[in-house]
Formats: sequence, structure tokens, C-alpha cells
Amino acid sequence: MTKPAASAPSLSVAASLSKPQSATLEELEEEEQEDKFDINISITNPEKIGDGMNAYMAYKVSTQTTLPMFRSKAFTVRRRFSDFLGLYEKLSEKHGPNGYIVPPPPEKSILGMTKVKVGKEDPSSAEFVERRRAALERYLQRVVCHPSLLQDPDVREFLERDELPRAVNTQALSGAGFLKMINKATDAVSKMTIKMNESDVWFEEKLQEVESADQQFRKIHGLVDSLVGHRKELSLNTAGFAKSVAMLGSSEDNTALSRALSQLAEVEDKMEQLHQEQASNDSFCFAELLADYIRLLGAVRGSFDQRMKAWQRWQDAQSMLQKKRETEAKLLWANKPDKLQLAKDEITEWEAKVTQYERDFDRVSATVRKEVLRFEVLIYFFFKTLVAFTLLIKYWEAFLPEAKAIA
Amino acid sequence: MTSALDESDKEKTRSVSVDLNNDASLLIDIPDALCERDKVKFTVHTKTTLSAFQKPEFSVPRQHEDFIWLHDTLVETEDYAGLIIPPAPPKPDFESPREKMHKLGEGEATMTKEEYNKMKQELEAEYLAVFKKTVQVHEIFLQRLSSHAILSKDRNFQIFLEYDQDLSVRRKNAKEMFGGFFKNMVKTADEVIISGIKEVDDFFEQEKTFLLDYYSKIKDSTAKAEKMTRSHKNVADDYIHISATLNTLSADDSTALKKHLDKLSDLFEKLRKVEGRVASDQELKLTELLRYYMRDIQAAKDLLYRRARALADYEHSNKALDKARLKSKDVPQAEEHQQQCLQKFDKLSESGKRELTSFKGRRVVAFRKNLIEMAELEIKHAKNNVTLLQGCIDLLKSN
Repeated sequence: MTKPAASAPSLSVAASLSKPQSATLEELEEEEQEDKFDINISITNPEKIGDGMNAYMAYKVSTQTTLPMFRSKAFTVRRRFSDFLGLYEKLSEKHGPNGYIVPPPPEKSILGMTKVKVGKEDPSSAEFVERRRAALERYLQRVVCHPSLLQDPDVREFLERDELPRAVNTQALSGAGFLKMINKATDAVSKMTIKMNESDVWFEEKLQEVESADQQFRKIHGLVDSLVGHRKELSLNTAGFAKSVAMLGSSEDNTALSRALSQLAEVEDKMEQLHQEQASNDSFCFAELLADYIRLLGAVRGSFDQRMKAWQRWQDAQSMLQKKRETEAKLLWANKPDKLQLAKDEITEWEAKVTQYERDFDRVSATVRKEVLRFEVLIYFFFKTLVAFTLLIKYWEAFLPEAKAIA
Repeated sequence: MTSALDESDKEKTRSVSVDLNNDASLLIDIPDALCERDKVKFTVHTKTTLSAFQKPEFSVPRQHEDFIWLHDTLVETEDYAGLIIPPAPPKPDFESPREKMHKLGEGEATMTKEEYNKMKQELEAEYLAVFKKTVQVHEIFLQRLSSHAILSKDRNFQIFLEYDQDLSVRRKNAKEMFGGFFKNMVKTADEVIISGIKEVDDFFEQEKTFLLDYYSKIKDSTAKAEKMTRSHKNVADDYIHISATLNTLSADDSTALKKHLDKLSDLFEKLRKVEGRVASDQELKLTELLRYYMRDIQAAKDLLYRRARALADYEHSNKALDKARLKSKDVPQAEEHQQQCLQKFDKLSESGKRELTSFKGRRVVAFRKNLIEMAELEIKHAKNNVTLLQGCIDLLKSN
């Protein structure tokens, strides 16, 4: 009656990007937005609307797609930052409770936006707007890369509808906040109650694996918190140093050295921003990676349930078959030939069912719902770090002639 | 542990001051040093063509306290009052790596063997860096003396270089004789005295304003640079822990994710080496530069202070002479005293002007050199990282 435990199923992983050749920075950026689901988002033309503290930036959101669910192949709308936050709130409300982790938008920045509002026409404002534009673009691209989110009518509305109702009181989730959310999801998954057959060896093994992995994740979570904290500290200390060097430069009586020192202060200022972004990159990417891993583990746990159900159905079918055989035996004994044929038919039917359900059980044990582990997240993380270093090179190469000009 | 510094190391480190040790008549260096617990024993090596010395080439062992003794005797010497005395090298400070090593020992049970070894390696590198820096700073002190026209001829300097016995007896005697009188006075009163005097000379008026302001600014920059460097080190340390945990995860993992985790762990290992290198380069070039000139500017301020005292003395002697003339008592003594004070003040002013002018030039040159080297190093490391990351991205995409 009992079947020996099926061989342990393996988690399958599919990489979703597969371009093998090396790329320049521009090529890499393009590939980042490559359509895996035949949809491409670009965000352009940031434009300041209004004046003073009520001013805001409006961005052009252009979609190119071959998917039939959209109204046309190419369309454009204008959106502001709070619209993106509003979209995120709607999506996380809907999908979050299902244990689905929704990618968050870029962070709010009071300082950055104030500069823009107040109309400071300096290069740091322009840089801030450009960075935000790029981050929003990445954000939307990730949303449409999730097959479930793409189906969500709110997403479609965001991309297509001409006028969106104003989203108010929007909260932006920071990288650190996202990590916290991951932790909660981890807890939810581990608390999933599972009815199990105590003598099931397969189940024991799987549960053990999953629980040990959970532990390591918590450790990594703690470590990433520490890393992000230290990076933020570094960013703060770099800003402090930059200010101090600027003061030193203004005190310096040698003209060329004075200029070089104020240039150094500016480079360090830019480094501060790089560190901030790297902190946000670190926490965001780790959160994404952990989220992927948790989904995988969630799938394993989900399969426990399925397997149990398949097992139960098979057992029930076997009981039923047994009953039918007993009935047949009774009828033979009682010599009721017409009822006997019916009984024989039923036995055949249940024998088929038992075979079917046994096969189902084997199949369920052998496979787990395939979750995609997105290598793209890892690539994204490496890529952002690479971009940071490329900028770094640019800044220091601009500084070098100033240093050489000291006399 | 002993450390023999090779030529390329020394070239790299000998950067806060330039144009030193070029005069073949007196060449000094510290080719190696020994670190025993708290004490560092430096080997001071001299090569000379000067007849003042008994041999053309010789080496002596010296401790940090011997350098301080030498510095203090120079400061206390009246004849050198018009010179900028090179700042004394700071005491070798192994406190930070030692404390970290202690913490590491305490936390050994909570980490994997691999993680522990990596942290230990990092700390050993930190120890070595502190060690190299202290050698550098002691060496530069001596080289500043040897390249100074007047100070290089100082008798105590020669004793320091040549005397092949322990200097500790002399050190004790010196303490008893001077009691650090001059030093203490300078520490407590200089800013007030210097800003208080009525300056007659434009040059010194400008120098005073400049140096007082610059000193406070450079002191602040030095502190901020140190903080920044420490943060960098913390980030590098975090990467070690993350890399190690990913390794553990990967070892336990029996799925296809293993490769993925391995790659990530490997990348973090590489990233932390980079962060560590950036931190130490910054420390060496920028932070050390600022630290050194902060001390040098203090030495320049000390000069201004001594001149201010000489001026004050001169003014007092004038008043005393007037009084003497009024009372018609002890006039010749008063006149002579006044003359002496005037001479001293003039001598200090003349010498001081020379010293401060060459100090300016020296500072600008050193800043230039260090800023260029730092920028070049940052570019080099960043380019290496770009290659590294590009390689990782290519590898991932080819899967």
C-alpha cells in the first residue's frame, strides 16, 4: 500500500538573460532594457512644471510593445514622481499578501527636489534629475518584467491612460525598508503550516534544507544591514571631508593650490553621492536576490502541500478500489450476475484511477513549480557598481590636470 | 616582526616631503625596523662624506624616545629659535589594529575558519601599514634635519646618528636640565601671544593671519580624512563577512544555485580587496599629507611664537631703559640688554622670514605631488575594478 519515498526533486533554475558577448557601457544599458516580454519602456524629457515649492518634474513615459493587451504598438503619457509611488502602493497592496514581492520605486529625495523646485540651475540639480529619470526607467522596466504584474490592470492604466488621478500621501520604500519587507515575507513562509506524514523521508530532507537556508538568509540580511549602514556612514564622512577641504582651499594663499583643493572638495562631494547610490544599490539588489531565493523556497514548501494532496487522493482511490473488490466478492457469493458486471466495470474504473493517481503522485514528487532565478538582478548589481567606478574615473581624470597645474 | 622595506615601497611612502636626502654629503635612511610588542626599534643608517663623522658609513639602533629627545634639544636651543624645527614624529600607535585583533579573537567561535583567516590577514596588513607609516615619519624627520643647512651641523644630531651606545642616559639628563620648559610654554600660550602682538612687519602680519587660520582648517581636514578612511575600512570588512556567509550557503546548497552563490561570493571577495586598497591609498596619500603638514604648521607657529616673545622682550627692555634713564641708574646695563634684545629679535625676524618662505614652497610642492599620486591611484584602481566587474558580467551572461 505504501510507496517508498520518491527521489528528491531538484529546484530548477532558468537564467533569463543569455547574450554571451561582452559589451560597452551603452550596449549594456540597452540590453538591460531588452524586451523579454516584448515590451520596452523609456522615460525621457524631464520637464519642470510650475514654480516655487509646488513645482514638480513631469516625465515622458513611452512604451513600445507587440503585446496584444495594449491599445497600440507605441504610446506615450506624462507622469510625475508621485504617480510612480502611487502605482507601487497599489501593486504591493494587491500582490503583497500573496507572498509576492513587488519591486519598489526609487527613493524620495527632499534635498534633491528642493534644489530643483527652487530653480537652482546648477549641474548638481541636472544630475539629480537625470539620475532620477534613469532610476524610474529601471523601475518600470522591472515591473513589466514580472509576468503577473504585467497582467495587472493598474500597470496597464499607468502606461496607457492619458490622465491619472493624483496619488496623495505616497510613501517611498527605501532600500532598507524593502529589506525589512523581505524579512517579513521570510517569516510568513516559514510559518506556513504543513500537514505531513511523519515517516516521510523525502519531506524530512527537504524541510531540513529549507530551514537551514532560512537561517543563512537571516545572517546575510543582518550583514547587508551592516554594510548599508557603514556605506551611509562613509557617505556622511565623505561629505564632511569635502566641506572641510573646501574651507581649507579657501584659506590657502597659493592660487593654484587653492583652486586644486576646491576641485578636490567637489570630487569628494561627487564621491559622497556615489556612496549613497551604492548603499541603495547594495540593499536593493540584495533584497531582490533574497526575494528570489525566498520565492524558490516558497515553491518548495508549496509543493509539500500538493504532494500531500496527491498522496491522499491516491490512498483514497486505493481504499475505494478495495471496497469495490469486496462488493464484487459479496455479489459473486450472493450470485447476482447482472449486478456483478456493474461491479466489475467499477473495479476497472477504479483500478485506472489508482494507477492515474499513483502516477500523479510520482510526478508531483519529481517536479517543483519552476521559479525563475533572475540572473539579471546580479548583472544589474554588478552593472550599477561598474557604472559607479566609471564615473569615479571620470571625476578623478578631470581633477588630475588641476593637481598638475599647481605651482 | 621585522620588516625590510624595499626601494619601491620607500619611494611610494616618502612623499609627504620632497627634495630630501639628495645631498650625497649626508644621506640618512631607516632600512629596517623591529617591532616587539609596544616598542619599535629603528635602524638608522648614515652614509656621509663629512669629516665631522668618524666613519663614512654606519648604523645605529634607536627608539622613538631617542627621536623625541633629539627634537626637544633642538627646540630648547636658543640659536635655533629663528628656525622651523621639523615636527617630532608621533609615537608608534598600534592601538587600532591591536584592539581589532582582540575583538577578532573573542568572536572566533562565531565565524567559519575561512572568514577568521581572512579577517586575520586584513588585520596583519593593517599592522604592517601602521608600521610602514611610523618608519616613514621617523625617517622624514631625520632627513629634514640632514637637508637643513644649519640643523644638519647640530652636535646632538651627530651624536644621534653616530653614538653606538644607548642614548637613554643622555635622555634622562636632558629631561632634568630643561624640564620641557620651553615646550610647555609654547603649548599653552602661543595663539594668544601671537595674535596679541602689534606687528610692524607686513610679511609677518600676513603670515600670522594665514598660519593661525590654516592650522585650524587643516586640523579639521585631517580629522575628517581619518574618519572617512575608517569608514572605508569598515565597508571592506563587511564584504569579508558577506563573502564568507555566501560561501557557507553555497557549500550547503545542493541545487543549481550553487554556482550562482559561488560567483557572488567570489565577487564580494574581489570587491573587498579593492575597497581595502582604496582605503589604504587614501590614508597614505591624503590623510598622511594633511597630518604631516598640520604638525609642520604647528612648528611654523612655534617660530612665530618665539619671535613674538623676542619682540615682547625687546619692548620690555625699551621700557626698562627708559626707566633707567629716568632714574639715572644702571643705564649701561639697560642699554646693553636692549641692544641684545634688538639683535635677537632682528636675527629671529631675518631667519624666520627665510624659513617661512621656503616652508611655503615646500608645502605647495608636497601637496602637488601627493594630490597627483592620489588621483592616479584612484584612476588605476577604478579601471581595475571596471575590468573585474565587466568580466563578472560577461561570465554571468554567458550562462
